[in-house]
Amino acid sequence: MVEPVKSIVTPIRLEYDYTPGRATSRFLRGIAQHRILGQECPSCLKVYVPARGSCPRCAVPTEREVDVQDSGTVVTFSIVRVPSENIHFELPYACASILLDGAGIPFFHVLQGLAPEEVRMGMRVKARWVPTEKLGPTIASIECFVPSGEPDAALETYGEHT
Amino acid sequence: MAELCGIVGIGQTKLAAKRVDVSMPGLVREAADRALLDAGLGWADIDAVVVGKAPDTFEGCMLPELYLADSLGAPGKPLLRVHTAGSVGGSTAIVAASLIQAGIHDRVLTVAYEKQSESNAMWGLTISAPFGVAVVAGAGGFFAPLVRGYIRRSGAPADVGIRVAVKDRLNALKNPYAHLHLKDISHEMVEQSPMLWDPIRLLEACPSSDGACAMVLAREDLAQRAPTPPAWIHATAMRSEPTMFAGRDAINPEAGKMAARDLYAKAGITNPRREIDCAEIYVPFSWFEPMWMENLGFAEEGAGWRMTLEGATALDGDLPVNMSGGVLSSNPIGASGMLRFAEAAMQVRKQAGEHQIEGARRALGHAYGGGSQYFSMWIVGSEKP
Repeated sequence: MVEPVKSIVTPIRLEYDYTPGRATSRFLRGIAQHRILGQECPSCLKVYVPARGSCPRCAVPTEREVDVQDSGTVVTFSIVRVPSENIHFELPYACASILLDGAGIPFFHVLQGLAPEEVRMGMRVKARWVPTEKLGPTIASIECFVPSGEPDAALETYGEHT
Repeated sequence: MAELCGIVGIGQTKLAAKRVDVSMPGLVREAADRALLDAGLGWADIDAVVVGKAPDTFEGCMLPELYLADSLGAPGKPLLRVHTAGSVGGSTAIVAASLIQAGIHDRVLTVAYEKQSESNAMWGLTISAPFGVAVVAGAGGFFAPLVRGYIRRSGAPADVGIRVAVKDRLNALKNPYAHLHLKDISHEMVEQSPMLWDPIRLLEACPSSDGACAMVLAREDLAQRAPTPPAWIHATAMRSEPTMFAGRDAINPEAGKMAARDLYAKAGITNPRREIDCAEIYVPFSWFEPMWMENLGFAEEGAGWRMTLEGATALDGDLPVNMSGGVLSSNPIGASGMLRFAEAAMQVRKQAGEHQIEGARRALGHAYGGGSQYFSMWIVGSEKP
């Protein structure tokens, strides 16, 4: 009796060309120069980082460019203990939603340099960049965020971004 | 004025980790056959087919609606595929209903499915975007920070999520179709299960399931002739919003609130908690029960967790939630939204067996998807609106 074949594994992969558009291109070129560029919405005055060319809430173009700090506040986070093929961090790691100083919207990055159980909302962090010669037009130019040692921020300063 | 639409047939497959006994076409056929049987109809009675599933990258099967056309009896008929991420099962049913309500078709078959055993949803959802760095691990990685934000904002006791997880698994024991039948489920068992995406534990998360759900919808005069009284659609609503914009409240999204307001207005409901008898909502991670209770207007903002603690959402509570065991007990992603919609219809048709809510006359079905950015919901009733 031969065991019937019930399923086979056929891996797929996708390769694609990506056109980041004007705003994101400028953001990425800024990153390659150790700068974090945001764009301010002329209507709600929120600063988008990465810059994306428009404010979805106000439906207007965002043209004014603003430099944003590479320090910020952890608005919320998760400690990831699940492996995934696309993720190259050692488990467990802290995936943090970080509001950069001067930004109006948080973004996700990895938080390192402390034990996972020490991560907390309101924690002050700063970017750890790759060495200058390795800087490129990618968010990966920021290796991770690490605690800055400043006192925690008050919930009122970041609560609306959780 | 729109035509009245009734749900005359409902079918679902056994939901399980692996359905190696059937192919994808076999899976959808199983659900569709059961829906037709329930409706007392044959394939020739169907005018159009509307199918939904989650992203193609999950199973790696591109344009599955074409591949499935034969098994869904679609040749020679309009065949339409809907896609709104995790909410797709709900929005697929709504699109199918709109074909009847608009007077375009008389009877429509709608089907949604997922075969997670043939897919890699973690890979499909852990996006390694160009110029970026992948840090958000799957759906849990995205939603865990929101759950943490909700707990902080609402001041909810830490074990509310555990209570939801236990309640839904107990409900699943009454549902023969449910994937997880955890007979010895307990508070301790959930509490001691491993943290996957802190603060979400393994048993506070949904399983990966294979399964399909199907419904036959019909115009008023045809629905009236159904062998089992139909569930009448009182109202439907869908809304979406971008994943990210400055000032977005991702924990209590505006799109969900807007959809709920629209839904209640269409159904003539002013006090949803009193006027709706039971609700089957999309809760893939336990804490989303209190979060959606607030978003859907069943509780004040910050007070949804009290409903869980007080037992209001239990089978014997004043607003039973997830009578079937919910997404926490079975998650064939593409079908999960339709299973919620179908459970609401089963309740008002008195077809829910052991998890039937006595006297359920009006029920809510709800689904959400993406980064809490797609919402679809309907209210169905045993009486015409």
